Amino acid sequence: MTKEFAIEIKDLRKSFDGGKEFVLNGINLSIPRGSLTVIIGYSGTGKSVLLKHMLGLLKPTYGHVCVLGKDLVSLQESDLVKLRCSFGVLFQNAALFDDLTVLENVAFPIHEHRRYLPAAEIVKIAEKKLHMSGMDTKHFNKLPGELSGGMRKRAGLARALALDPDILLYDEPTTGLDPILTEMVDNLILETHQKQRGSTSIVVSHDLMAAFRIGENVVMLDKGKVLLQGTPSDFLSSDLELVRKFVDKGLKKR
Amino acid sequence: MLNSFLEKREKFNQFLDSVALDLWNTVYNFFISTGSIAIFMYESLKLFGSKPKRTDEIIRHMEFIGNKSVLIILLTGSFTGMALSYQIYLGFQLVNATNLVGPTVALGITRELGPVLTGLIVSARAGGAMAARLGTMRVSEQIDALEVMGVDPKQYLVMPRMVAALITMPLLCGIFDFIAMLGSHLLCINVLGLDEAIFWDKIQLWINPRDINEGLIKSAVFGLTFATICSNAGYFTKGGAKGVGEATNKGVVNSMVLIIILNFIMTNLIRFYYTLTG
Repeated sequence: MTKEFAIEIKDLRKSFDGGKEFVLNGINLSIPRGSLTVIIGYSGTGKSVLLKHMLGLLKPTYGHVCVLGKDLVSLQESDLVKLRCSFGVLFQNAALFDDLTVLENVAFPIHEHRRYLPAAEIVKIAEKKLHMSGMDTKHFNKLPGELSGGMRKRAGLARALALDPDILLYDEPTTGLDPILTEMVDNLILETHQKQRGSTSIVVSHDLMAAFRIGENVVMLDKGKVLLQGTPSDFLSSDLELVRKFVDKGLKKR
Repeated sequence: MLNSFLEKREKFNQFLDSVALDLWNTVYNFFISTGSIAIFMYESLKLFGSKPKRTDEIIRHMEFIGNKSVLIILLTGSFTGMALSYQIYLGFQLVNATNLVGPTVALGITRELGPVLTGLIVSARAGGAMAARLGTMRVSEQIDALEVMGVDPKQYLVMPRMVAALITMPLLCGIFDFIAMLGSHLLCINVLGLDEAIFWDKIQLWINPRDINEGLIKSAVFGLTFATICSNAGYFTKGGAKGVGEATNKGVVNSMVLIIILNFIMTNLIRFYYTLTG
């Protein structure tokens, strides 16, 4: 496993019913360090299952998942917990803790993993991350329930950035958002990727146009396998029928 | 005629098969779910000593389970004490044994009604809230978020609830016992006209500290029971709002049923223990 890749996946297979049916059916994928990769595909193609494997939340039935040079399959739980601190995840609905304020949400992972820091320092870091994700100070003491969808995404992103992760994962960040908010979130992902120099960003989405707009490396999944991996122009010039269909649909939507 | 008989017999056999199969599945699922809940309890409780300590969380949940249940315990305790005293008074009046109303009420309250009613009331109030809270956290991916942050959700969310229930329930049961006896005293002395000195003297004579301890031990077990069942139901919630509703319902109903069954088992076990130890 080389160090030029943030994530390397070899022949990943996953079955939830003892091998009768495979949700992931032999995925081979290498995600370069520092890249912005978008994983796309129709619903039910295994995108979320793949994401959970990258995070070590699921164990492969067969195959290997290496993150930052470490094979997750052979890692002890305690090492896995440490490795997870290298990840920042923005969930589909931001998954903010609804009994904590925005500021407390962002401070939470810092408090959990850097207990040696004084409280004032933790607050300072949290505020900095919130400013980085474009959050206005007036929202800091609000509860997540009092925020709009876009603001929640910003707060979720600030929390994902809290521990200065090496890898940022975005799980369907634009699902259910209107076009204006979708563009805002896409720009936010791009800006964050540029600001977080050296970090790797992985976006899981079914929005092809967003993938073309932000992704330098696009991966399309189908039936638990990688159908095509390449740049947006590789997708536009592809002869694969399913890719063509997906691209045509995406362009029509536009 | 014979064909019709054979057909009916076949149908009857099929019916018996399906009943037997259903019964087997029910028993099988009962043992599977009991086993998985026991593992869930063990895995969560063994995190008690692990770092970081969750003292703040434990205190927060103790406040929720304990402080916020005090008013309802005071209300139910006082009225239960009065109602029980009145019924026992009416019965004992028939055999001229009203002097024994006090100790009989005290025994019933400390050994049985105190822990059982406290368990049922708090499991409905705090257990339901636990299942709903954890269920909502599960369906809105907040538990996943904790996990990917490198925070053990069982250590952060489940263990403090279990420990808090374990500590708080005997305290609430003590309050229930006290207020129920106060209610009994008020009714027996001020309304029914029993002699106050005899009332307390008989209680002192018949009630041992171990009767009170029996109730306190039971209530601690009931606390752990409802916290485990309700947390388990919420933690493994599937689906959206419907799933949360079902998990809450399942958690509360199962807790209540189990508290009543456990009470009977524990009563016998404790009696057996006291018989052995004299």
